[in-house]
Amino acid sequence: MAGQVDALYIYLVLVSTVMITLIFLAVAVLAVRYRRSAGHKAEQIEGSTVLEIGWSVIPFGVMLTFFIWGALLYFKERTPPADATEVYVVAKQWMWKIEHMEGQREINELHVPVGENIKLVMTSQDVIHSFYVPAFRIKQDVLPGRYTTLWFKATQPGTYHLFCAEYCGTSHSGMIGHIVVMEPQDYAQWMTGGPSVPLPEAGKQLFSTLGCSTCHRFDIQGRGPNLQGAFGKPVLLEDGRTVMVDDNYVRESILNPTAKIVNGFKPVMPTFQGLITDEQLNALVAYVKSLGQPAAGTAGAQNQPATSPAGPTQKTQVQ
Amino acid sequence: MADSHATAVEAVAANPELRHHFADMEQQKNAASLGMWLFLVTEIMFFGGLFCAYLVYRSMHFAALAAGSQTLDIKWGAINTAVLIVSSVTVVLAINAIQNGKAKTTIAYLAITVVLGFVFLGIKAIEYTNKFEENHVPGPHFHFTGTFDDNGKEIAVDPHHVELFFSLYFAMTGMHALHMIIGIGIMSTLAVMTWRGRFSAQYYTPIENAGLYWHLVDIIWIYLFPLLYLISRHQ
Amino acid sequence: MASAAIPANQIPETKTNYLTNGYSVKSWLLTTDHKRIAVLYLISITAFFFLGGFFAMLIRLELLTPASDLMHADTYNKAFTMHGMIMVFFFLIPVVPATLGNFLVPIMIGAKDLAFPRINLLSWYLYILGGGLILHCMLTGGVDTGWTFYSPYSTAFTNTKIIEAGLAAFVAGFSSIFTGLNFIVTIHRMRAPGLTWARLPLFIWAQYATSIIMILGTPVVAITIVLVAVERLFHLGIFDPRLGGDPLLFQHLFWFYSHPAVYIMILPSMGVISELITAFSRKRVFGYRFVALSSIAIAVIGFLVWAHHMFVAGISLYAAMIFSFLTFFVGVPSAIKVFNWTATLYKGSISYATPMLYAFGFIGLFTIGGLTGLFLATLGIDVHVTDTYFVVAHFHYVMVGGVVMGFLGGMHFWWPKISGRLYPEGWAKLSALLVFVGFNLTFFPQFILGYLGMPRRYADYSQMPEFQVLNVLSTAGASVLAVGYLLPMIYFLWSLRYGPLAEANPWAAAGLEWMTASPPPTFNFDETPVVTWEAYNYDELDHLKEQKEVAVG
Repeated sequence: MAGQVDALYIYLVLVSTVMITLIFLAVAVLAVRYRRSAGHKAEQIEGSTVLEIGWSVIPFGVMLTFFIWGALLYFKERTPPADATEVYVVAKQWMWKIEHMEGQREINELHVPVGENIKLVMTSQDVIHSFYVPAFRIKQDVLPGRYTTLWFKATQPGTYHLFCAEYCGTSHSGMIGHIVVMEPQDYAQWMTGGPSVPLPEAGKQLFSTLGCSTCHRFDIQGRGPNLQGAFGKPVLLEDGRTVMVDDNYVRESILNPTAKIVNGFKPVMPTFQGLITDEQLNALVAYVKSLGQPAAGTAGAQNQPATSPAGPTQKTQVQ
Repeated sequence: MADSHATAVEAVAANPELRHHFADMEQQKNAASLGMWLFLVTEIMFFGGLFCAYLVYRSMHFAALAAGSQTLDIKWGAINTAVLIVSSVTVVLAINAIQNGKAKTTIAYLAITVVLGFVFLGIKAIEYTNKFEENHVPGPHFHFTGTFDDNGKEIAVDPHHVELFFSLYFAMTGMHALHMIIGIGIMSTLAVMTWRGRFSAQYYTPIENAGLYWHLVDIIWIYLFPLLYLISRHQ
Repeated sequence: MASAAIPANQIPETKTNYLTNGYSVKSWLLTTDHKRIAVLYLISITAFFFLGGFFAMLIRLELLTPASDLMHADTYNKAFTMHGMIMVFFFLIPVVPATLGNFLVPIMIGAKDLAFPRINLLSWYLYILGGGLILHCMLTGGVDTGWTFYSPYSTAFTNTKIIEAGLAAFVAGFSSIFTGLNFIVTIHRMRAPGLTWARLPLFIWAQYATSIIMILGTPVVAITIVLVAVERLFHLGIFDPRLGGDPLLFQHLFWFYSHPAVYIMILPSMGVISELITAFSRKRVFGYRFVALSSIAIAVIGFLVWAHHMFVAGISLYAAMIFSFLTFFVGVPSAIKVFNWTATLYKGSISYATPMLYAFGFIGLFTIGGLTGLFLATLGIDVHVTDTYFVVAHFHYVMVGGVVMGFLGGMHFWWPKISGRLYPEGWAKLSALLVFVGFNLTFFPQFILGYLGMPRRYADYSQMPEFQVLNVLSTAGASVLAVGYLLPMIYFLWSLRYGPLAEANPWAAAGLEWMTASPPPTFNFDETPVVTWEAYNYDELDHLKEQKEVAVG
């Protein structure tokens, strides 16, 4: 993808160089050719509508090519492939905390295998930061209070700069690190070192120790929605809205449970804001995500709010 | 110097209020009016930012904003709306009076307008006090335990988002109240100036333009009232 | 051009002009004369320009070496914040409207003053008040959020003096609003008899468009500042995600003004360039209608593109595409202007006086700046270069290469009118050259730095020593640029005392301002002009001149 960004850039540089040269030459030639001299009067020319239209439409047409190519590229940049490996990133003043799904934690360094689609799920603990890898030509602001994503596929092993690109205070220029791209076997070897609790597994443990499983049961209808197979599907809320169960919704429900309550359930879930760290939050989200694939033989119907009318007293299962 | 100077002398003789850079009173009046309208446009843009924030949060957290709205006392809001509408009428009557050269009547209507302005502020003070007592003022003492009453169905809301509602409530009504205070000051000053004989049927532009300002402040309230007080009231 | 100076012993009995009409401090500080207010603004704005330039010098000196060794990172952060705030709010926004605009708008339309002279004076005092606040803020600790003061850093995390700085910008904003309001009413209601819209100088069209943006956009940043202050003071959660607020809402509200603000900065300079090109080609501008309407188009479309500052901020994919598309639209009217100016040169009678050199420089530098804006509008590229030195280079090309060049060109062109003196042409040409060379040397390397990946607002780049060479080049250029800016200060002041006296129309240019004395009398014209000619009527002027020459010789 970086190559494509460069190609687009070079195209723009070429067009710009042509434009600038034309203007420079025109000005220079005209300024010399029509230099003030005795006996020569200026000729008053009102204008030319044809020229005006011409030099409005043609540049706009060229600009449209910029737009289309740029938009296509941007669309690809912002649409992670479905099979991408997820890595969680938590930004804080002034460091990058990385958590691999397999449990490895890194500070200011991200090890990835070459040739694999990597999707970063990022949030900030404090102010807005921005995850910037110039070599990959990618950048995404990292916001507090929600997740933003960024994806890439490294094509060459090596070490590449990682910068924070949104001013965030004193050590903004110190919030830098590296992306380390390794051959698959080297990466596998690197993975064996360090903690080996995968993120969803850590999340599952937290799910139990924090008491989530008391209400969010998988066997019978509990006080909270059954989370099996819930991730990635729309759900009807109490106030009539429908939302997608995604990273942001799960995160919000843990931190602000009364914000978006599933239809038919009571607002009894306590908030965990301030009680768990961002890393634990990521683990829980990863766990709920892992439940997204429906397990064999689960009871209950799928919730499709578009087709199933939900009255005030009807309890609807989240499936 | 000849031409325009002579015209200026004539013009001065005609109306002492004519400023030197205007050719005649009509140009001066038109300029003043246009200036006031442009200023009102800036006021609309200023409040526009607040309305924008309100729109965004209402679409994101409707239930919470509705829950907050339902704690406001419609009675006071409605009375204040009536008060302001009447005060706009008295402003119009004041302008009408001075157009007919009736200075005393003008002063009377301006005075009533000022009184109504104080009534408005007084009611707002009552409402703010109520909110303070209910711990609905955003900040460290904020506390909200209510729900959104959706036609009988109780929907739980996030207190943080309800605090957002009150932040907007105080920001918007507070900014409006500040403009009311300025308006009261202007109307009072104009009443005094009328009493001192500054205005007549030949010259009353400041009263007219101040009237425009007052009407805008009134209109802004007419938007604020339903947006803040009447979210999802079905009874 | 033959010498325009009149030997001192041949000057007819001098009438009072606006400068000599009262010498007391009170006659200046309580003046309602738009020309005196313009001079007051000129002095204060120049002072702030050099203050902002001082902070620029600190930045460039620090960036000479990779390590953050000249000052602590916090100090550096404050330096670039103050540089930005002062340059944006106290220099770029008011520079052309409040100095050249205030001076020329009434004269160019044949009026005696602006519509609201006392509000004009109030504008200046608001500017001074805002300036005083920002100075006090700076001296008692400063701000370190960057001039864009994004939340939640500005609302909940920094301990620096946000509210005072915000108040300074708020007050300066009202100065701006009142100036714009004054111009719109003046242009609508006080044009001389016969001066229809189609006969207006292009500088007036540009000021008019600018004024529309001033009154529509500035109040939005005003309320944004209020909300930030309220959030800081009362710990509200309007933009704080921990309390349910949205940090992106801040960005939308902020950029809704701050993007049109850049058109407030550039449009007046474009108006100046139109005047310079016509005067020094002795030709009516090519495509007058299109140039005039392009100013209005830029003002209108400029309000529709703000989120192109937020492509990687977390807005939706589709919003980004819409804003990218609209941003390309706003480039078209600017391109139209550049093409029309160039076409005006064709079959003109071109002089290389200093103002024209600045105009040439503007065309070149603004074209580069504008084209690099297209790079940023292109989504796929913006992801890589936003928040890097590429953006810094882009906006300095249009702001400095555009606005400042236009301002300097205008100052040289109208200096005889404003001061009654001629500046030294030799030194002026040298300065123009230094500015052009110094500017390119300072900012062109930054395009490369940005594409290589150097982020903005970095005090320290010791992990990336490969960036040093380009930074050193940039700092070297800045030194040359500084000299280029200091020289005009010196020789303009020198000319006030030692410069040759100027006649009414030293450039033999078209325009009502050249039909009154240099400097003008307090009420601008001895008699209100009645306009029966089109703008830039060089044919008629040359014809009249020939007739005069025939009569004399």
